[in-house]
Amino acid sequence: MARVIVDVMLKPEILDPQGRAVQGALGRLGLTGVADVRQGKQFIVDVDGTLEGDRLALMERLAGELLSNPVIEDFTMRIEQ
Amino acid sequence: MRVGVVTFPGTLDDRDAARAVRLAGGEPVALWHGDDDLRGVDAVVLPGGFSYGDYLRCGAISRFAPVMTSLVPAAQGGLPVLGICNGFQILCESHLLPGALTRNGSLHFVCRDQRLRIENTGTAWTRDFVSGQEIVIPLKNGEGCFVADDATLDEIEREGRVIARYLDVNPNGSRRDIAGISNARGNVVGLMPHPEHAVDPLTGPTADGLPFFTSVLTALVDAS
Repeated sequence: MARVIVDVMLKPEILDPQGRAVQGALGRLGLTGVADVRQGKQFIVDVDGTLEGDRLALMERLAGELLSNPVIEDFTMRIEQ
Repeated sequence: MRVGVVTFPGTLDDRDAARAVRLAGGEPVALWHGDDDLRGVDAVVLPGGFSYGDYLRCGAISRFAPVMTSLVPAAQGGLPVLGICNGFQILCESHLLPGALTRNGSLHFVCRDQRLRIENTGTAWTRDFVSGQEIVIPLKNGEGCFVADDATLDEIEREGRVIARYLDVNPNGSRRDIAGISNARGNVVGLMPHPEHAVDPLTGPTADGLPFFTSVLTALVDAS
């Protein structure tokens, strides 16, 4: 069993109104000095066997095509075999 | 002229889109997301709604539906395609149109009668308008904030591919007040507000949306 962890974040230049709303809430709840909040997504994908070769390449491609939108988002992917 | 209207799981506005096609003088043809057969239609409308529950990102899963495997190459080949609201999101996710639609700047779902200015009357879906014409049609979205990088925005502005811009208020924070854009060829158009809800004064605020649907019919007649 391999576990694939894909983190997706909006690109820095894309406005993140959700992050901004969370930033406001943190301030209202007493946390001072919150300079910025960005909200992202994490996908945990468990696959049978080891992930290598074509299947690894496909997973990487789909992280960029399905799990994230390259127009507005960046992703990082790591694997725990 | 036969105009396909695609239904995905979670599509809401397919019936109104089909009605708009009919009122414009065309024959609406129901297309199904799970079927890659475009049934020989002359144009396609991707209607609004919440396809696949808007899960992952709006339009992200619909993009890979069987019907899209036929529609994307057909659109690249010149088939007129209009994406309204969720349909616009699907066109962006499919990379048939540049940019993306993100959460409204206000974080609120916005529903209002929206004034727009039609800026490009050269596309398959806007040719029955007068350039600079101002119209009022409903707008209803939670993720309608059009974003693209500055280079892309400059390019589509330079090429006249902003087909409509918001007037009075920018309801969702879209860059440069952009309400709708086209591809370079002008056959693929994405629009966040809903012309299909404004085709009959009895049921909409105006009939200002009807020319989107008559436009494609005249474009098809001229092309044949």
